[in-house]
Amino acid sequence: MSFLKYLISGISLGSVYALIALGYTMVYGIAKMLNFAHGDVIMIGAFTTYTICSTLGLPPVIGVLAAVILCTFLGMGIERVAYKPLRKAASPLAVLITAIGVSYLLQNIALLIFGANTKAFASVVSFPALELADGSITVSGETIVTILSCIVIMICLMLFIHKTKAGQAMLAVSEDKGAAQLMGINVNGTIALTFAIGSALAAIAGVLLCSAYPSLNPYTGSMPGIKAFVAAVFGGIGSIPGAFIGGILLGIIEIFAKAYISSQVADAIVFAVLIIVLLIKPTGILGRNVQEKV
Amino acid sequence: MKKFNKFVSVALASAMVLSMAGCGSDASQSGSSSDAFKIGGIGPTTGGAAAYGLAVQNAAQLAVDEINAAGGVNGYKFELNFQDDELDAEKSVNAYNTLKDWGAQIILGSVTSGCCIAVTDKTKEDNMFQLTPSGSAVACTQYDNNFRVCFSDPAQGAASAQYIGENGLASKVAIIYDSSDTYSTGIYESFVSGAASQSFEIVSEEAFTADSKTDFSVQLQKAQDAGADLIFLPIYYQEASLILTQANGMGYAPKFFGVDGMDGILTGVDNFDKSLAEGVMLLTPFAADATDDMTVKFVAAYQEKFGEIPNQFAADSYDAIYAIKAAIEKSGVKPSDSVSDICEGLKGAFVEISIDGLTGEGIVWDATGEPNKAPKAVIIENGAYKAM
Amino acid sequence: MQKAFMTKLKSNKTLKSNLITFGMVIIAYILMEILMAAGILSNLLKGLLVPLCVYAILAVSLNLTVGILGELSLGHAGFMCVGAFSSAFFSKCMQDVIPIAGVRFTLAIIIGALSAGLFGILIGIPVLRLKGDYLAIVTLAFGEIIKNLVNILYVGLDENGFHFSTKSSLDLNLSENGTVIIQGAQGITGTPHDSNFTIGIILLLLTLFIVLNLIHSRDGRAIMAIRDNTIAAESVGINITKYKLMAFSISAALAGLAGVLYAHNLSTLTALPKNFGYNMSIMILVFVVLGGIGNIRGSIISAVVLTLLPELLRGLNDYRMLIYAIVLIVMMLFNWAPACIQWREKIAYKLKKKKIVKINGKEA
Repeated sequence: MSFLKYLISGISLGSVYALIALGYTMVYGIAKMLNFAHGDVIMIGAFTTYTICSTLGLPPVIGVLAAVILCTFLGMGIERVAYKPLRKAASPLAVLITAIGVSYLLQNIALLIFGANTKAFASVVSFPALELADGSITVSGETIVTILSCIVIMICLMLFIHKTKAGQAMLAVSEDKGAAQLMGINVNGTIALTFAIGSALAAIAGVLLCSAYPSLNPYTGSMPGIKAFVAAVFGGIGSIPGAFIGGILLGIIEIFAKAYISSQVADAIVFAVLIIVLLIKPTGILGRNVQEKV
Repeated sequence: MKKFNKFVSVALASAMVLSMAGCGSDASQSGSSSDAFKIGGIGPTTGGAAAYGLAVQNAAQLAVDEINAAGGVNGYKFELNFQDDELDAEKSVNAYNTLKDWGAQIILGSVTSGCCIAVTDKTKEDNMFQLTPSGSAVACTQYDNNFRVCFSDPAQGAASAQYIGENGLASKVAIIYDSSDTYSTGIYESFVSGAASQSFEIVSEEAFTADSKTDFSVQLQKAQDAGADLIFLPIYYQEASLILTQANGMGYAPKFFGVDGMDGILTGVDNFDKSLAEGVMLLTPFAADATDDMTVKFVAAYQEKFGEIPNQFAADSYDAIYAIKAAIEKSGVKPSDSVSDICEGLKGAFVEISIDGLTGEGIVWDATGEPNKAPKAVIIENGAYKAM
Repeated sequence: MQKAFMTKLKSNKTLKSNLITFGMVIIAYILMEILMAAGILSNLLKGLLVPLCVYAILAVSLNLTVGILGELSLGHAGFMCVGAFSSAFFSKCMQDVIPIAGVRFTLAIIIGALSAGLFGILIGIPVLRLKGDYLAIVTLAFGEIIKNLVNILYVGLDENGFHFSTKSSLDLNLSENGTVIIQGAQGITGTPHDSNFTIGIILLLLTLFIVLNLIHSRDGRAIMAIRDNTIAAESVGINITKYKLMAFSISAALAGLAGVLYAHNLSTLTALPKNFGYNMSIMILVFVVLGGIGNIRGSIISAVVLTLLPELLRGLNDYRMLIYAIVLIVMMLFNWAPACIQWREKIAYKLKKKKIVKINGKEA
């Protein structure tokens, strides 16, 4: 029985990681950059919803919508100012470092605006909890909504990428920017669109993260951001279903490590499992194997 | 391009060196001639622990302003300069050196234990008086010039174990602590050793770390499976608020027992559902909703100025400034005295003064730097503290 | 004949560049010593001298992995952590046995560097098979594992020898006169204060000597060949694993060296996310990238600038870290954006032209 409870806890935690990882992997897959500021966009999204719902007292729908809109523009703005000028830089590491700068910037802006105090985030989910096995196991409404959103977002993203023109353009850009441009694709526009979608997903992830674990401060996003990065690599970075599977697995491993091995070294165990998986399958669970050209 | 780079870096580096050297000479000139006591504060005002550092900074500023408005101490004013240490021992030493350049004569800090220990070494070298509001590790007062306002870790852990045992609060106790935090592990250890001689049994000891403190379902589940009827939480209120929420979500309602870090559970987390904290017990020296004049006045003034309800860090800091004031009055040191003379004077005076502060009445210090004040056990009832 | 001349000129060029790098460090040292002797150096800068050496060593050592070997490592702070804890542990144990600080610290330095190097080899063997971002995440994972394990390590010493535990200091079962040396998350307190600026500079020069010599040696050229084209390097008979491992473990050992210096500069050593977590690894990477990937001198300069910057911004109080973040972004754009580089070249060209015109004018 306790095994089942732990499994459900793991899936709850994992679904949040998966949701964040979807945005992460989307940006990585197309723009080929690790967006270290993703976790902080999540935090900004959560703060937007908090301000609108808890401070102004408006209904959650408006809060979530506002967060999505704000983060979309924020993501596009960050891309335009901090990442785009470096797209043709001599090393891809340059843009990684500005991403870190942006991450610090967002944290400190939030610190100045909202203060350092932790805020208890009121859940935006009004879905009832699911009770199994005569009430001894409960699956919270937040978990159900998070998993459903993950699946819906995953399907929408796949449909978008494979069935629409803009999605095809994204695929083309991710394969070869130069060739895509020659084919008449607006590379800058496509990458901006990618960031817009990725950041909108971050806003949703932020709201659901804080609904499930109601603690919000300017540094809330950074650790889940790193964990989601791990999840995205775990599943094969760039792969959308991989991010989902990676997230869920990471959550389950984390909870099981705490439950059955030791709560003190749970972090170490999670990372050790990641290392072992990557050593066996160096491109993650669903990652593509790219043959090196000579 | 390379030349340009070189030029920029040389220019930057030389500008920095010049400004550094400039700072140094300024400070040495203005150091002792002013007619105010210069108090240097150190604590994290950015980063994950910013809530604690900012509370100390705000309350110290409040106390300093009050004292100055009332005419100062022996006719001298207080001046406060608070520096950020980002919860990093090395940055804390940098902050101390910055304050030394500014001409600080008394150090208030560091706020957190690890940083505080690193700074004690430096204040010892310079023989500068150091009073930490909240550095609770034993080594925070390792030298004769170090004093503290809060309880030490062993005092809290042992006192908690004794309180639980003697009042028969529980027969089976679970612990959830932060294994990556100095404060939490310190209390955890002293609690376990104190529990050995008590009537209750520790049935579950589970940890979390700074990197994974969102999900506590496993720790709570284990406590529940082990049949614990009380969970001891030697942690800060932010994590405690999540634990209470999650325990409520899984329908588990043991007694919860916290220490001074738990103070703030009612006021420190904005928008927190206070009904979740109903029945939580904690050992704390301070209660923001106490009805004595001093607390009421302090809370009102703090709230007006900073828009927040002060926590225990703020109270400790406020008391620290008033303790410094009392010690200055007792010893009669002047701002024109050397740093070392001020330190000697305050050291001598600190073991003689007794102050009625927010965190206790008639607080006195012994020469090791420990305050003697009794932790008060309170229980949360109807959204407020109630003495037990 | 001409060819020999060219090679000589070329080697002279690297020699000159190396001499500038060493000279820069030595001049900085002399300048600081003079300022200190004259008593006009602020306490803040005096206190920062050793940390500056620590970060410069870290930046140079990571540049060996990132710039010369061409692999992204996000776990560099882990090696620093190993060096710091192993050496602080040694110093704490031997404080009474070896009372001469110089001897004890020399041994501590060797132990710290060797143990970090050993970890580098142990981690390098499995990890270096991976590439790019996957390598980055695995090194990050190792760094986090090291930090996590150090946080639960308890070591005590009494007349029966060492006691280990991963639970608490009570489980060590020490006798009455035993002492706890490593106390879990509370780390090591009371490490002897053996680091100073002179030793820091000597270690920095040593690091530079090792790294620059390696780069310009046969081994270094092999390593750079692997960076530029692994398959081509393999096909001419370069042992890929050996050279990758060599660069990686030397880089780790040097990070350990920085850790030793760090640990003996503060009286308390704890493994926090801030000092030994991925945040620190990323910070070191920022030094390397800002200073120029593969540019050793640039690494030192950017480590110094970025360590001083937040301290100099203290006057801004609440806005300090905000401004720091903005400055970091702007500096990155300035140094790396192709548009900025073009603009800078244009300005530099104009300045040069003016100079030539001036000189010509004078001659006329």
